[in-house]
Amino acid sequence: MDGGPVIEARGLTKRYGDKKAVDDLTFTVRPGVVTGFLGPNGAGKSTTMRMILGLDAPTSGTVTVNGRPYVTAVAPMREVGALIDAKAIHGGRSAYNHLLALAQTNNLPRRRVGEVLELTGLTQVAKKRSGGFSLGMGQRLGIAAALLGDPQVLMFDEPVNGLDPDGIRWIREFMRTLAGEGRTVFVSSHLMSEMEHTADHLIVIGRGRLQADMSVKEFITRNSEQSVSVRSPEPGSLIRLLATAGARVETQRDGVLTVRGLEPARIGDLAFDAGIRVHELAPHQASLEEAFMELTRDQVEYRANSDHNELIGA
Amino acid sequence: MTTATHPLGGPPVPVPAPGGMTAPLGPVRATFGGALRSEWTKIRSVRATFWTLVVALAATVGVSVLVSIGTVSSKSGVQDLRDGDPTSSALTGFIVGMLAMVVFGAMAITAEYGTGMIRTSFTAQPRRSTVLAAKAVVLTAVALFVGLVSSFASFLIGAQIFAGKGVHVSLGDPHVLRAVIGGGLFMAVTALLSFGLGAALRHTAGSITAGVGLMFLLPVFQSFMPGAWRDAVVRWMPLNAGGNIITTKNTEHMFTAWTGFGVFVLYAVVALGVGFWLTDRRDA
Ligand SMILES: Nc1ncnc2c1ncn2[C@@H]1O[C@H](COP(=O)(O)OP(=O)(O)OP(=O)(O)O)[C@@H](O)[C@H]1O
Ligand SMILES: [Mg+2]
Repeated sequence: MDGGPVIEARGLTKRYGDKKAVDDLTFTVRPGVVTGFLGPNGAGKSTTMRMILGLDAPTSGTVTVNGRPYVTAVAPMREVGALIDAKAIHGGRSAYNHLLALAQTNNLPRRRVGEVLELTGLTQVAKKRSGGFSLGMGQRLGIAAALLGDPQVLMFDEPVNGLDPDGIRWIREFMRTLAGEGRTVFVSSHLMSEMEHTADHLIVIGRGRLQADMSVKEFITRNSEQSVSVRSPEPGSLIRLLATAGARVETQRDGVLTVRGLEPARIGDLAFDAGIRVHELAPHQASLEEAFMELTRDQVEYRANSDHNELIGA
Repeated sequence: MTTATHPLGGPPVPVPAPGGMTAPLGPVRATFGGALRSEWTKIRSVRATFWTLVVALAATVGVSVLVSIGTVSSKSGVQDLRDGDPTSSALTGFIVGMLAMVVFGAMAITAEYGTGMIRTSFTAQPRRSTVLAAKAVVLTAVALFVGLVSSFASFLIGAQIFAGKGVHVSLGDPHVLRAVIGGGLFMAVTALLSFGLGAALRHTAGSITAGVGLMFLLPVFQSFMPGAWRDAVVRWMPLNAGGNIITTKNTEHMFTAWTGFGVFVLYAVVALGVGFWLTDRRDA
């Protein structure tokens, strides 16, 4: 593996009617790491993944896997394993036959079906109708299907949706191991908290547009500015004092001041020296979830606005 | 390697390395042969498919036998029966069995759209026409088999019933073998026509409605048409055109057996063409 990009999107755009679901996305996904594809609901994650797989045609722009469009792959399942929608199987078919039918399309050996069943722990229920599977078992069957071709690239669309914490941990470790083997793992989520522990790299989108493309570490450093909550019976004088000292101060609805740019100890000392009483002084680390919301908030506000305009226009 | 209860629920699992390979995969390719095997696995592994085919067979043979019995008991003389078309009477059940074939053909593709399985299929084999063509081949083979079994069973039982009245028909008589094999062909092409509609429309109910409408409701309009029109138009209707293949005597204003069947095949070709074309250019 030379470490070069495996998935490469350039100016990728998808329009449904006059709505842009994906808007001029350019990014690359590299092997050996888990790349998180993060965005709020409706951001365009699934649409982008469908375009990578050739299921949806881009309105403009291109996306390649290993340098060429996925639809031209000689053995598609050897290149990409995808879990797009775990419920998208014929419920009347057994897990074994579902996997066998998929394996046959790429002339994969029959033994491979047994192997992925074993791997995902479905051997004992392989002959049962998949329609009776629980959510978690359905998810395992979807993962088994993705692994059939022992692919270099794995794509999972919201793989932990609806799973309990143990299930989430299992999938998380699974993805980390796959990346550890040098594979390319591209996984979408609408929760930063999920990606924080799973992904090495982040591609963040909002309203179809690229918002951030950086390592998780960098995302954390950039977005975890510390703030201090201060409660005081004399907020007016305190605000003036802190502002003079170079802090940025915001008054919250409940009267609490959010102070940025000063250490808690320094705030306390300044207040003491000026004789201003302070009732509460609490340092506060912004969570990544907040940083992520912040990053995509403009997009959400824009959406609320445009909906409003449409209503007026109608 | 230890086993543990699986975090996602279900049976306990050993926890091997994610690749889970016992031996490396050699070079493989996605081929048309592979697609054929895959579609065969799909078709044989859903119980509903099997029952649809059983219904097609039972309805065809059942109705054929009833019509044969009805024919021999209503016509008075042996000569009357001979002047009719015993072979065609013995194959009347195809009109009903055809309904089940419309369902079978449409469901072969619409069930995949309904469940979302189509996306998995088109991910495993992104050349969509390969997937559709493989489906069409497997579907035709299965429908032809069921059609031929229905046809021979209907004819052989019907011939016995007619023989009871002293009217003897056999596969060696003029046009009879063509009519009986034609029954199988008629079913196969009906399934294909319906498959084409299913690929174009993607929804089960819509496709079956379209198939049934085209095959069975269209002929209803003929009674509202002025006579001159009727004679010119009616022969072009799919069921009328295709149905000539299961008769041994030519009906007035109708195409001959093979010409009529050719017209019916054209309907199927058009439906398939539209289905393939739309499937290729639409988002899945
Ligand atoms: N087939 C379609 N036709 C019309 N609009 C669509 C279609 N598919 C998606 N959209 C719209 O495109 C936008 C992006 O949808 P998409 O499903 O890609 O978002 P997402 O990021 O996967 O969201 P979620 O987190 O909810 O899964 C949404 O506004 C959605 O309504
Ligand atoms: Mg989605």
